[in-house]
Amino acid sequence: MSASVEPGHPEPPDGEAIIAQLKEAGVGVIVSVPDIVTSDGLLWPISKDPDFQLIRVCKEDEGVSICAALSYSDTRAVLLMQQTGLMDSLNAIRAIAMDYHQPVCMMVGLQGKAPGETVLGSASYGVRIIPPILDAMSLTHVGIENDTDTPHIAPAINSAYETGDALCFLIGQSPIWTGESA
Amino acid sequence: MIRRDFALSALRGLIKPRDLVVAVYQSCFDWLALCPRDLNYVSTGAMGQASSHALGLAIGSPERQVIVLDGDGSLLMNLGSLVTIATVRPQHFLHLVFENGVYEVNGAHPTPGTGHVDFAAMAIAAGYQKAVSFSELETFEAALPALLAADGPVMAVLKIIPGEAYPRDYAYIHSAAARENFRAALNRNDG
Repeated sequence: MSASVEPGHPEPPDGEAIIAQLKEAGVGVIVSVPDIVTSDGLLWPISKDPDFQLIRVCKEDEGVSICAALSYSDTRAVLLMQQTGLMDSLNAIRAIAMDYHQPVCMMVGLQGKAPGETVLGSASYGVRIIPPILDAMSLTHVGIENDTDTPHIAPAINSAYETGDALCFLIGQSPIWTGESA
Repeated sequence: MIRRDFALSALRGLIKPRDLVVAVYQSCFDWLALCPRDLNYVSTGAMGQASSHALGLAIGSPERQVIVLDGDGSLLMNLGSLVTIATVRPQHFLHLVFENGVYEVNGAHPTPGTGHVDFAAMAIAAGYQKAVSFSELETFEAALPALLAADGPVMAVLKIIPGEAYPRDYAYIHSAAARENFRAALNRNDG
């Protein structure tokens, strides 16, 4: 699946809608290392939302293991992090998510990607290498660039837990938060 | 120093049917030979990740006792997990660290800090409720029931030497069957 974006829709996605999709998919646990792209629009609201148990980890690969282990009790979880943490966790993802075929769901903020540019066309080396790396790992990725992408989240998570396939959302713009401030 | 298989045999006598045991490397191979059971979680995948898998299991099944059979080299790769675990504070969580000072299955090269690192002190500093080191089997055996009953997370560091050489069955620990056996048993016992 391509992570390329549609240049005609530059407005950032609504964080409240993304969170609603997570709830619709039955996600009850968020495991995270803070990421500046998703901090205000996702992580801070999630941290104040009683529908989620937030597990703050020291390093992202901890989260890969936690999410995989939670799947045994059918507890749905999402690992929220930056692409730097994704890169740091590749061996854990390779082994635990891919070799073991386990439904580790990740949501990754692409720090350094400018609004309006595609992921593959990003001026940031650290951003544009992400889709080819995930492709090489056969890891499904879904671009979340604006509100038209958001409805794909719940179905993708449902599919991941039904098939056991790992999944990675790539958040290309900082979600905005228009919901109630806690 | 404690023979690892003797320490594991002591633990075997106290394991309850619903307990979850997460094991890595040689401790895992020894444990599988000494105490084969479907609720042994052996598919940790990447080195250092046992404690994090165990935390995930503890969050998903908070009423169950979770026991981690970790190695010193493995834990050194994931020291941050001590802080994460202490923050979540799973109540029934016993973290056993088998300290032999070497990467046993990777050529027996020494770990950094061999003989100087104090894992129990690290655990306490990270926020574990209790952490104790043992170098004599009898002392460990006497303390084990209380360690299992204590509010977690609890760490016990065992200064060990190898015991009987049990076969290293990597094919099993990485197999889909091992994971499916665990999943089926976990959900069967949840009923």
